[in-house]
Amino acid sequence: MSALRELYQEVILDHNKSPRNFGRLEHPDRKVDGYNPLCGDHFTIFLKLNGDVIEDIRFDGAGCAISKASASVMSSVVKGKTIAEAEELFGLFHRLVTGEGDPMEQVERLGKLAAFSGVSEFPARVKCATLAWHTLHTALRTGEHRTTTE
Amino acid sequence: MDAAVMTMKTAEKFDGTQVRGDFPILRQRVNGKPLVYLDNAATSQKPQAVIDAMNRYYLEENSNIHRGVHFLSDKATQSYEAARTAIARFINAPAPRQVIFVRGTTEAVNLVAASYGRVRFREGDEVLVSAMEHHSNLVPWQMVCEQTGAMLRIIPMNDRGELFIDKYEKMFNSRTRFVAVVHVSNVLGTVNPVAEIIRIAHGNGVPVLVDGAQAVPHMRVDVRALDADFYAFSGHKMFGPTGVGVLYGREELLEAMPPYQGGGDMIKSVTYHKTVYNDLPYKFEAGTPNIVGGVGLGATIAYLESLSFGAVAAYENDLLAYATERLAEIPGLRIIGTAREKASVISFVLEGIHPHDIGTILDDDGIAIRTGHHCAQPVMQCFGIPATARASFALYNTKHEIDILVKGIHKAQKVFS
Repeated sequence: MSALRELYQEVILDHNKSPRNFGRLEHPDRKVDGYNPLCGDHFTIFLKLNGDVIEDIRFDGAGCAISKASASVMSSVVKGKTIAEAEELFGLFHRLVTGEGDPMEQVERLGKLAAFSGVSEFPARVKCATLAWHTLHTALRTGEHRTTTE
Repeated sequence: MDAAVMTMKTAEKFDGTQVRGDFPILRQRVNGKPLVYLDNAATSQKPQAVIDAMNRYYLEENSNIHRGVHFLSDKATQSYEAARTAIARFINAPAPRQVIFVRGTTEAVNLVAASYGRVRFREGDEVLVSAMEHHSNLVPWQMVCEQTGAMLRIIPMNDRGELFIDKYEKMFNSRTRFVAVVHVSNVLGTVNPVAEIIRIAHGNGVPVLVDGAQAVPHMRVDVRALDADFYAFSGHKMFGPTGVGVLYGREELLEAMPPYQGGGDMIKSVTYHKTVYNDLPYKFEAGTPNIVGGVGLGATIAYLESLSFGAVAAYENDLLAYATERLAEIPGLRIIGTAREKASVISFVLEGIHPHDIGTILDDDGIAIRTGHHCAQPVMQCFGIPATARASFALYNTKHEIDILVKGIHKAQKVFS
């Protein structure tokens, strides 16, 4: 059960059960839908920007534990960060869940995101872990439309 | 239940453990545990006899068919055409020329949608499909409706996943041109009363295509007893190879239809400006076909005919009843699809646990199930759920494996408790 325990770490189970920043933002600066057509997971991300700083973030929608926890943890780590910092975290996170590079090297910068290290052992679940991040990326880059993991 | 199912002999006793040895892949261990393969509605495993027949074809017979005058071409042609004859006998088609080899059920439906629907449907015509169709028997009809201006109407179902036959009967009018319906639902397991559905359509002078992809592995299908106009199925879901399937069609309909694709083998004579098409079934088989697939499907039929289909069906019903009972005992588990007539497919959802997470946790114990929308998103919308977990059983599964599944579900609940 070790790979499984590695995947469903306490942090992930906790964020799945009680997602942070869950809900909608009134009058967001950016609002983007993310959808995984393979499994039907869908999240909407709402952003409030102050210059290039993510002042507030909420997410809404439904999906598996990995995708929901990922959206939740993401929302808590990017709040207050600049767009560039958020994008950099996405890069780090992406390398972590796809098993590229040495995650331990970056462990300090990853912080809570390190809880997703087990995902790399489950290639079928990488899309679950990255759905919210792809959606955020689209929101930061372009504004209002829909993104998918396909 | 359909007449074809009722007439099967049930005297002999069958047990899945008798045939497990025929399927080499089942000996495999996954994550250190014996493989429990419960994803048969997605694709089934292949018996050694089928694998051997395909190997033998490449080792001893490989050649192109129909055109060669040499020894190997003759042998390959004979093997391929023998498979067609075996399939015709298996489904009780009047003649082998009514058995058209295609890539699978999806291509069969697309063929009929293009060569029958696109040619005949007019603006305002109506095509009926059921609310439980797989995308493969829905999207081709949406496409042809878009092209012709015909309208798609949906035969509704109740919350057990059974079609409302009385409502279906009332949907016919002077503009109804076609009915496309699934025999056994890949999500809900429902066995639709297709003989009755066809009888009602024929009473209104409307032809019917039956998607039999999930039916053929579980029951004896008799296209004449059903009176089907078109019947489509895939090799890989009935213990045969991928990439080959069958479209059965009523002869006069097939004769009147233009070819689906143009190319070699589907012609009698060609000049720069005019082609005379070949006879059935070749008219619909342009290009070098999946010869080894056809040969493998022939071997599959021989394998299935070596078993008593009635006894197998009884065994699978017993498995389904056992699995339904054991799963229903699990707190927080809801079975999606509770039709009175069901094949051995069980979709379920667990309170508080997404199907994907169930799938990953079961996989850790070597249990293969399918999770997601099962290429039937409208069915998910109908039941107000984004996805299900689905266990689907074949003749080689056992009650012991169902016990392992139940244990795995308890484990998933523990992880998320």
